[in-house]
Amino acid sequence: MDDSGLTAVSALTDGVRRAAYREVISAGGAPVGRDEVAAALGVGRTLAAHHLDKLVDAGLLEVTYARRTGRSGPGAGRPAKLYRAAAAEHEVSVPPRAYRTAAELLAEAVERTGADLALFAAARAHGRTAPAPAPSTPPPDAAASAPEATPATSAVPAASPADAAPAASAASAASAAEVLAAHGYLPHEEDGRIELRNCPFHRLAEQFPPLICGMNLAMVEGLLEGGGLDATWDARMDAAPGRCCVTLTKSKNKTD
Amino acid sequence: MTGYHLAHFNAARLRVPLDDPGSAAFVAGLDPINALADRSPGFVWRLAEGPEGDATTVRPTEPDVIVTLSVWESLEALRAFTYQSEHLDYLRRRRDWFVPLGYRASLVLWWIPAGSIPTPEEGVARLRALGANGPTADAFTFRAPFPAPTDAGPAPLRLHA
Repeated sequence: MDDSGLTAVSALTDGVRRAAYREVISAGGAPVGRDEVAAALGVGRTLAAHHLDKLVDAGLLEVTYARRTGRSGPGAGRPAKLYRAAAAEHEVSVPPRAYRTAAELLAEAVERTGADLALFAAARAHGRTAPAPAPSTPPPDAAASAPEATPATSAVPAASPADAAPAASAASAASAAEVLAAHGYLPHEEDGRIELRNCPFHRLAEQFPPLICGMNLAMVEGLLEGGGLDATWDARMDAAPGRCCVTLTKSKNKTD
Repeated sequence: MTGYHLAHFNAARLRVPLDDPGSAAFVAGLDPINALADRSPGFVWRLAEGPEGDATTVRPTEPDVIVTLSVWESLEALRAFTYQSEHLDYLRRRRDWFVPLGYRASLVLWWIPAGSIPTPEEGVARLRALGANGPTADAFTFRAPFPAPTDAGPAPLRLHA
């Protein structure tokens, strides 16, 4: 069996290094400097650089050099060593299993029979019933469609207003990102929009775009429904290079 | 950039006629999606006939099978338009409008000398060649692409169907 996957995975056994890796990949392909990683992790820049270089050795990150605009002081004008996620995927199965091949064959069969809608329905149902992640902030109260009652969460009522929307915007924003993060999407939220900087189905999506991207959209919609978040967020197909084909925007119509 | 352009041919069997309400969403997308193609980087040419300025009146195989035929500067350019633009959402809804062709291929790609224009009949022949032989340099797919020819002359036609 090919050992590159094992090498990659074993490079991530160190907790600090794993955090450094997460920090870089959450930038979604944008190069990140060692100082930013050091600051995010609360470690020295030498230690951050050590771990980043180990991640490069393991094939998980790659190095680019670029001048960073807006920097001043000593070193300004010199290209900085930057890190970004390597394109290669690493898959480890012990003992050997070939689920990727199985997935490709199943996708091929669905494509040939034109069973796209059955796949989308299954994906939506899967998203709706997928276990919700433990929230880091109190979930919005009265999330009527949440699969389980969540006790003692009504102490902080929605700051806003007048309407009876079950999910308050601030709390549900955090929750939507948490739900999506729990499923591997690397959400990045800005100005009422969430971009997903990882496609959990990247390889398949490249081979069967209408089928797998459609499945992905249905699953994201299901995740929003299952989390009681579909009143505040709209998911839509918004294909672009380098990220997941789905983006989310705050719904204006549904909450007012 | 080579002396070759990429030809693309697609065939799709309609569930209901184009003037049926069941095709309305597809028909509504024709103009904007064609306009998107026309302004996409690497777009060279597409088949557009009839009063509507699209290819829906061209039926080279069967009356309920509509086709598209276009030429692009590169595989990457066609891929970017097809799968990394609003066109992807249109494709996602394909089963609302089209009957699956099963084991028969619906899309075929091949290289043509830059400056030449393919015909729908050639597209049909290439599609049959793909179905008969699997992907070859003469008729291939996005998932099994072949590079543009590097020799000086035009690609020899080796159609077996």
